Amino acid sequence: MGVSVAFWILAAVGVMAALAVVLLRDVFRAALSLVLCFLTVAGIYITLSADFLAAVQILIYVGAISVLIILAIMLTREVQRGSPSNRLQIPAFIVAVLFLGGVVFALLNTPWPVSSVPPLEPTTPAIAGLLFGEGGFILPVEIAPLLLLAAILGAIVLVREK
Amino acid sequence: MVGLEHYLILSAVLFSIGLYGALAKRNAIIILMSIELMLNAVNIAMVAFSRYIVPLLLTGQVFVIFIMVVAAVEVAVGLAIIIAIYRHRETIDVTKINLMKW
Repeated sequence: MGVSVAFWILAAVGVMAALAVVLLRDVFRAALSLVLCFLTVAGIYITLSADFLAAVQILIYVGAISVLIILAIMLTREVQRGSPSNRLQIPAFIVAVLFLGGVVFALLNTPWPVSSVPPLEPTTPAIAGLLFGEGGFILPVEIAPLLLLAAILGAIVLVREK
Repeated sequence: MVGLEHYLILSAVLFSIGLYGALAKRNAIIILMSIELMLNAVNIAMVAFSRYIVPLLLTGQVFVIFIMVVAAVEVAVGLAIIIAIYRHRETIDVTKINLMKW
């Protein structure tokens, strides 16, 4: 019961914040509502009993990515021009609504094999076992730092003063 | 009672909002923010599938961790590109950045 109430509140706030991201004129306020949306997604993870992911969501999205985005807004001084739409506003709206309709139709007509087993409750040890254990995801875990290193070097090269 | 469909519909709504923002906005930073919104929507769907269909395997949650890594990389490189473009052209309006169009 409590999970249902929490889900509905978080879903309503999250959708409102997402709409604010694309509809607000002020870029900075759009970035702040994006942070609010990330926070509600962390809450949604908690209602799905994914506690480790909720913590990671707050650390990475709310902590790091939002700071990067706000820093970029400050550095580009595009704030005065606001967030205008281009000529594709109406086609984009139609495409988004058609996509939403199609996806909702498909997922309501699919018989999902929902399991009635209760979820694992602290998920952190199980995720650690999957990531680092035998037969787990150790190769992607090794590749991810390479990707991060390449991204760091690429970002430094791109923004370096000539 | 909240079920799998509720989470999937929430995910689809967030993804559509992000799709609209990515297609209809002119500010490159807003487009990047919309892409983040779409990635978050996909993550919600992944965690919901993991919770309701294979509650003991957690594979979806591991996928979400890798999606977060790639999203962080994408934001870092994307914002670096935006700042580099702003240095050269004094604008990040994507309708005016048509350097590679011929």
